[in-house]
Amino acid sequence: MTLTASDKHPEAAVYRATIGAGEPFLCEVKAGQSLRLLDLEGNQAVDTLFYSAQNPRERYDAQRTLRKQNRVYLSTGSVLYSNLGRPMLSITADTCGRHDTLGGACAQESNTVRYALDKRYMHSCRDNFLRASLNDGRLNKSDIGANINFFMNVPVTPEGGLTFEDGISAPGKYVELKAHMDVIVLISNCPQLNNPCNGYNPTPAEVLVWD
Amino acid sequence: MTAALTLRPTLYEELVPGGGHTSFVLKRGQLLRITDIEGGANASLLLLNAAEKSERLNLPDSLKCQHTAKLTAGHCLYSDMGRVLAAITADTCGWHDSFGGVLNAEEVAEQYGQGNYQQLRNGFFRNGVDNLLVEMGKWNLNLQDLLMCLNLFSKVTVDSDGCFHFQPGNSKAGDHIELYAPMDCLVVLTALQHPMDPNPVYAPKPLRLTWHKVESDGISVLCRTSRPENARGFHNTERLYI
Repeated sequence: MTLTASDKHPEAAVYRATIGAGEPFLCEVKAGQSLRLLDLEGNQAVDTLFYSAQNPRERYDAQRTLRKQNRVYLSTGSVLYSNLGRPMLSITADTCGRHDTLGGACAQESNTVRYALDKRYMHSCRDNFLRASLNDGRLNKSDIGANINFFMNVPVTPEGGLTFEDGISAPGKYVELKAHMDVIVLISNCPQLNNPCNGYNPTPAEVLVWD
Repeated sequence: MTAALTLRPTLYEELVPGGGHTSFVLKRGQLLRITDIEGGANASLLLLNAAEKSERLNLPDSLKCQHTAKLTAGHCLYSDMGRVLAAITADTCGWHDSFGGVLNAEEVAEQYGQGNYQQLRNGFFRNGVDNLLVEMGKWNLNLQDLLMCLNLFSKVTVDSDGCFHFQPGNSKAGDHIELYAPMDCLVVLTALQHPMDPNPVYAPKPLRLTWHKVESDGISVLCRTSRPENARGFHNTERLYI
């Protein structure tokens, strides 16, 4: 696992926003701009989806992205491809080292399966995705595909096992992506309390954009 | 792990030629057996709730709730609504892949060269994206509904660095998987090579589909009991029919 730092200064960012623990977030990043997602307090899963701003039916495609890099985790050098086969963003810096592509987002319904039937009414990432999408108006349920979980550690074993492990992230770790097209960024700052993906303590994350 | 055939009369049988695509509703209580006739086949598969097609196969949920990256007998294929679209009640090859996805036309041309209809007629080089979209279009579904698909009969492992390795020979002639539907399920599939299969020649293999009537859902007991999560998944599914 290699870590790559960025030379960009937060003071020079053209946009900064803090996403509170468990909150939804949606913004646009223009082609050529850089987006940094910053894990402020550590061990925070940042569930993220990307869409073309010109045609929101074009979205991040997990299977094509994995296939093209022949690797299951994302890190510096990873190119995120769309369902139309075009590069959407590239990861240009990463001080965490590994990001999950398989775990998807928590939802009320999957929480009933994974934990207990009475977990249905806990807050979840899909609630956040739907709330941000439907308020924005350009996206709806059918646009929500497999997302990236930045800062989340979901190791796959050679035998085909898959587990959610304690995060490898820490306060101040970040991932930076350069956009190749105008993109809509849809985030749920994960509110999951039932597994270690947030260290059982969801915390804020910061979004920074540079020209 | 196969129930006696006398208990499950065959309702119908069909051959899907290599490159072919099809879609149909697998009714609640029916069992679909998909057989790799020659060995080395791959079937790219999507599932949806036939009655409410916004409810779709969710591979991330299926993998994480069963703590597995491979799918085989005893596993359930979950929708985004926490329900079991299909349960894998039997499987003779042991590993079905969730990583590889499907190629589009451009990627097929890169991998196998040009093979158009003008020259090859029905042997033309097809691609998984278009094949699945064509079938989905028949049900008024569209590009948004082309989510992560499952590649039956194919095995892709992940090494300690996270790199993929396609494992040839995972499926032999006659290997099969059985999908039991605890709810009415729209099945969309195409018979094309796995995208990571290193064979440089376009040569998709045929599949046999066999529909069975199952007398009781006892056939799903392996899947219901393999993990406590699956008992809850079946509970959610049965709530549809109260």
